[in-house]
Amino acid sequence: MTSMVPFLIYLAIFAASYLVVNKAIRRAVRTGLAARKTVTFGDESAVVPDRAASVISIVTLFLLWGIFTGSALVPAFLHMPGPYIGGGRFTYVVEDRDGRRDEATVFWRVAAPGEKGEKPEIDPGEGPAKNDAIVIRAYRSAQLSWDRNDEDGFRRKAGARIIEIAGVPVDYDPARRGEADASDRPKPVVEVENATVTLSDKGALIITPYTGWQMEPIWLPPPEDVVKRLFDIASEGFRGATLWEHLGFSLMRVVVGFFFGSLVGIPLGYAMGLSNWFRGWFDPIVEFMRPVPPLALIPLVIIWAGIGELGKIVLLFLAALWIMAIAARSGVSGVRISKVHAAYSLGASKSQIMRHVIVPNSLPELFTGARVAMGVCWGTVVAAELVAAEKGAGMMIMVASKFQNTDIVIMGIILIGVIGFGIDILMRWLERRLVPWKGKG
Amino acid sequence: MAELSIENVSMRFDLPGGTSIQALKDVTLHLKAGELMSVLGPSGCGKTTLLNIVAGFLAPTEGRVAINGRTVTGPGPERGMVFQQGALFEWMNVRENVSFGPRMKGMPKAEMQQIVEHLLDVVGLADFKDKAIYELSGGMQQRVALARCLANDPDVILMDEPLGALDALTREKMQSLVLRLWKETGKTIILITHSVEEALLLGERLIVMAPRPGRIHREYRLPFADLGVGADLREIKKHPDYDPTREEILNMIWNMEEEIMGRTEVAT
Ligand SMILES: Nc1ncnc2c1ncn2[C@@H]1O[C@H](COP(=O)(O)OP(=O)(O)OP(=O)(O)O)[C@@H](O)[C@H]1O
Ligand SMILES: [Mg+2]
Repeated sequence: MTSMVPFLIYLAIFAASYLVVNKAIRRAVRTGLAARKTVTFGDESAVVPDRAASVISIVTLFLLWGIFTGSALVPAFLHMPGPYIGGGRFTYVVEDRDGRRDEATVFWRVAAPGEKGEKPEIDPGEGPAKNDAIVIRAYRSAQLSWDRNDEDGFRRKAGARIIEIAGVPVDYDPARRGEADASDRPKPVVEVENATVTLSDKGALIITPYTGWQMEPIWLPPPEDVVKRLFDIASEGFRGATLWEHLGFSLMRVVVGFFFGSLVGIPLGYAMGLSNWFRGWFDPIVEFMRPVPPLALIPLVIIWAGIGELGKIVLLFLAALWIMAIAARSGVSGVRISKVHAAYSLGASKSQIMRHVIVPNSLPELFTGARVAMGVCWGTVVAAELVAAEKGAGMMIMVASKFQNTDIVIMGIILIGVIGFGIDILMRWLERRLVPWKGKG
Repeated sequence: MAELSIENVSMRFDLPGGTSIQALKDVTLHLKAGELMSVLGPSGCGKTTLLNIVAGFLAPTEGRVAINGRTVTGPGPERGMVFQQGALFEWMNVRENVSFGPRMKGMPKAEMQQIVEHLLDVVGLADFKDKAIYELSGGMQQRVALARCLANDPDVILMDEPLGALDALTREKMQSLVLRLWKETGKTIILITHSVEEALLLGERLIVMAPRPGRIHREYRLPFADLGVGADLREIKKHPDYDPTREEILNMIWNMEEEIMGRTEVAT
């Protein structure tokens, strides 16, 4: 249920901002052709991304991130309640085998996140059951062997057990936990101030201080930690290489693999588009390899080429090869026969037709293929680096995750996303520059 | 200048499943140099097939096509084609499209430029030299196609419904242009069309083809093309012979179409 809260808040912001932006702000200022159309529902061309929605969407994501991590970038009154940090106490009553009772107090203290903290100094108190002290790390529970400092008769080994916590009678006898009807005697859960207390199977105290609604940094660090990590790693590097080396290595592998994949794949695709024999020979291979996810080739490539640079480049080569071959093939078969006929009638030779008609005609398809191939290669290189690498974006987040450096993991994922997006933008820009006639033939 | 002879050409397409289609049967035609012939016929009667054989894109199953006595075995620069649409190279601008033929031949730049400038002037696209193909209207694109064909200076021009996709007004302008170019250049032209009016106006000779198997059904010699050079085509339509001929041909094609429909009904 609690995990639904961020989602519900998200939904609420979605709906609220829609109402605010569209009903209140925009009402009077509709402009453009789309606004003049009376039929927009079902008219895909009338649907354009609402810029305001995009901006609010991104801001909302960061806002939620900040709210649930207690980020310093978000005003404190918006924060979800954090874990309880501080001290508390409660009493408990022990009864020994002979029915003698004594009361003692537990003094507990929660250390701030990331700190160990110190046990509170206490007075052991009167009687056979002594007072206890414990320090608990933020977000954690702690088990307290309350009888360790008690007199012999009041130890659990001697049959003593807790019969009351913070004034609430409890009925749990660890000695009888093996009996058939043990499940009919559930362990008590007692609410004390800022914590809940219960008993372990063996009758020890389990103290769970109030954890609040925020995410533990180890699961989700606040945004500023991630940014700080970015600057740290950008200046100090990570595991013997700078951030730029990690990213550069990944990019270099993609570029080299894609380059060789295209170098072989494009001529292969052209040959398949121009010759029956080539088409017949390579069709089964290409059609079979196309649906094999490149990631499935990692084990084989590791066996053949090792986990070094060569293995990765071979993998990316294979990832790009089939995509580019298929793109070039459909680029050739997509040529309108009347264009080829026209060229022949104008006196062009075969090689001239290849150069002036078939290749330029296939460029839009090649670009589409290249965009897909770059995307696949980028995904594949990261995955391959997760498996094994000395440098690279994937290696960075994998190693960080082993050491639970969640901030590095998140920073890495964001960088990987940004670079992947950047590659696509670059390809689209190149496409617009180099094949402006695309889709206008 | 070239003479074109189509001698006993038959074309059979073998279909998968053992059947075949007799697209053309025993078609014989002779075109003198500088003749303009229009070809009419119901859909599927083999007009495009005939043109493709003349162009050299298809080899006939029987018979032969000869230019000045030399048998055609493949496409060649002495036979230019103008297609219905979409045969321009959209990766080249207007000038590069028009100069394509000369460029492939390796003509010197200066000479080539002169030809291109002249032809773009002729077709009225002098101001659009550097425009991309997709920036032009359909009529402009067909004028580029015409200029591209003429730039290569072919002896025979083959047109397969070159004006089919244009609106009536643009079409009429283009018809005048074709007539003018025909008279000025003296090219031998075969023009396939679906429009009886166009066939009448542009066809010095007019062939009506019949389907199944594709063959020549009737042949006309008409005065309208000669009259139409430099004249208002709408005036030509007032010629006393114009309407009767048009009615006759329309009826002829109508009957053929009906016959096809009837036959398909029996067949199914
Ligand atoms: N490549 C081919 N394979 C099989 N049959 C073909 C082929 N090309 C044409 N045909 C058949 O030959 C006949 C003549 O076709 P063609 O395209 O020459 O007709 P058309 O007169 O140009 O028709 P339209 O006026 O519709 O353009 C048709 O029945 C067609 O189905
Ligand atoms: Mg046709």
